[in-house]
Amino acid sequence: MSGISSSIRPERGIATGALARLGQVAVLPVGVALRLLDPPMRWMQRIIGARRMAYVFLFPNFVFFGLFVFLPIGINVVFSVTGGTALFPSQRPYVGGDQFAYLFDCGSYLDPSSCREDHFWRGVANTAKFVVFQVMAMVLFSLITALVLNMKIRGRGFFRAVYFFPVLLSPVVVALIWKWILQRDGLLNAAITTLGGQKILFFVDPGWAMFWAVFVSVWAHMGFYTLILLAGLQAIPADLYEAAEMDATPRWRILLRITLPLLWPNMIVVIVLALIKGAQTFDEVFVLTGGGPGTATLMVVQYIYETAFSSQVQNFGLAAAASVVLGVVLFALTLLQFAAARRKEV
Amino acid sequence: MPTMRLSSMLGQRRNGTGRPLHWTDMAAYVYLALGVVLMFGPVLWLVLSSFKTQSALLEFPPSLLPFAQIEVTVSGQPQKLPLFRAKLPDGTVRELAQVRRIGLIAQMVDPADPSQQFRVAIDKREPVRRVALATENYSEPLQRFAFLRFLYNSVFVTVIATLITLLINSMAAYGLAVYQFPGKQAATLAVIGTLMIPVTIILVPVYLVVTELGLTNSLWAVILPGAATPTGVFLLRQYMLTLPKDLIEAARMDKASEWQIYWRIVMPLTLPALAVLAIFSIMWRWNEFLWPLAVLTKTEVYTLQIALNAFQGELQTQWHYLLAMTVVTLIPVALVFVFLQRFITTGIGSTGMK
Repeated sequence: MSGISSSIRPERGIATGALARLGQVAVLPVGVALRLLDPPMRWMQRIIGARRMAYVFLFPNFVFFGLFVFLPIGINVVFSVTGGTALFPSQRPYVGGDQFAYLFDCGSYLDPSSCREDHFWRGVANTAKFVVFQVMAMVLFSLITALVLNMKIRGRGFFRAVYFFPVLLSPVVVALIWKWILQRDGLLNAAITTLGGQKILFFVDPGWAMFWAVFVSVWAHMGFYTLILLAGLQAIPADLYEAAEMDATPRWRILLRITLPLLWPNMIVVIVLALIKGAQTFDEVFVLTGGGPGTATLMVVQYIYETAFSSQVQNFGLAAAASVVLGVVLFALTLLQFAAARRKEV
Repeated sequence: MPTMRLSSMLGQRRNGTGRPLHWTDMAAYVYLALGVVLMFGPVLWLVLSSFKTQSALLEFPPSLLPFAQIEVTVSGQPQKLPLFRAKLPDGTVRELAQVRRIGLIAQMVDPADPSQQFRVAIDKREPVRRVALATENYSEPLQRFAFLRFLYNSVFVTVIATLITLLINSMAAYGLAVYQFPGKQAATLAVIGTLMIPVTIILVPVYLVVTELGLTNSLWAVILPGAATPTGVFLLRQYMLTLPKDLIEAARMDKASEWQIYWRIVMPLTLPALAVLAIFSIMWRWNEFLWPLAVLTKTEVYTLQIALNAFQGELQTQWHYLLAMTVVTLIPVALVFVFLQRFITTGIGSTGMK
């Protein structure tokens, strides 16, 4: 037994690195627990047979899935068709489609203030605006960055790390970093006044608040999309470029005729992923602007969170109905993603 | 899945060829230099600012480095006095300590010779400063707020949740990778299905489940709901599928139990993939925000992220503490970043993560 496992070592690399050693120390108590679990597991195997042990292995994970994903999806639907303020479903009176009717009760869908639940529609409008600008900026900048990082330049690994770094930061930290720079007496206003301008109150002006929400979000997540595009760029066969170079094709022509067309599938993945993530935007914007000024940067997820948890009357039904709506939109986007992925394979 | 993307670019070649520079090369370097400033600059500014005193933070325009005014002991004065560079009416400039300030006039003394007293208009003097780190920004929150408690909460959640995730995800992945059984297809589909359900759309019902389990305002409410990650199951399953089947058969011949095969043979061989999942789980958990925000309402169970958010609302004017706490929150991420860098250069991606 131990002979087998020790004779086949994992490949050199991280497994032998400091990280793995650190991991081993942290996992030590788990190792002991795993050893202690052997007798009951042996007993189990004797009863149900080796093949059915698969269910035993799947069991814990699926208990978690069941409790915290599948069951909640069902409850969400129940919540969305019941009213009242009780949390437990059986104490909630059935109201049918009233929650949805309330959400969708609008004079004109183009004007959030004509809706009964105007915050929801402001959230929808803001999220739509945010997503459009964010996805455009994200695609543009991650494309440029990926193209640049794919060039034969020195210190490529370092630069790649530089752009990836903010991806690891927590949304709260990202938002606070920028809030500190953008505040009234912050670094940016210092730069503006040094150049002879007037201080700008970025979080008091709705336009600026939205701009910075988009900017900060692009800043934080660009590295991730850059990596996707970079992977795509590196999958383009090198002989195509060699052939083009032999013909002395100008660089911009290579870009337009070879690089961009072959990168297109990855671009679609980036666009759809950015759409899905953008539609769920919450944390960075919430900490940065609090949804303000007024409701200028209030997003759908913030609306859901506040309706359910932080408003005076916790309206679980309305929040659930709104999340069902969001869920449908996300589902549609995910189908789009699968379609895009399939096209990529063909 | 970030890991796959990340690793797929690991195997590339590195080169600095001696070709003549095209203008696009120049443009690329300029772009990259700007990128370094824009990406690292804000973080650097945060760290520098976190070492400034409260009064230095209120300065406008802000100074680049953290400065603090020098304070001197003057004989005959009970307290240390702030040092200024004062321009006297006769035109000379001297370094004087300020005893007190009355309206627009400061009463000052020469620190070397306290008998010499001066009255100086306050706009005729400038503080004498030197670079000094206001480490009290870091030490004071330890006493004034339950900062250590938040830190502990975050570490506890991150470590326990990551261990649970690694255990149950690897078990499920092993089950799906090694066995043939009725319902395997359905189970795999269920995993893919959960990949598509973000926490944002099941916030309210998960809250109900957690409440019914009696977990509200406990750290377990944060740990448990996200413990079974579909990403993790998928990642580990893909990796385990590449392991040689003979190995498992040989172990069965040796009368190893299925459980032993799992933890003594398959787990050690899956270590590279487990390490990737561990890194991601640590990042997810340390940075998690929306769910803890919804489920944790008592201050004593706040994680760092929630505490920071609460503070930025309450302590609008206390940026000196807030910035220092933000830096502390950032440290584990910086460490992981350093590891990840190394992990990229050692080329772990070639071990099957493509």
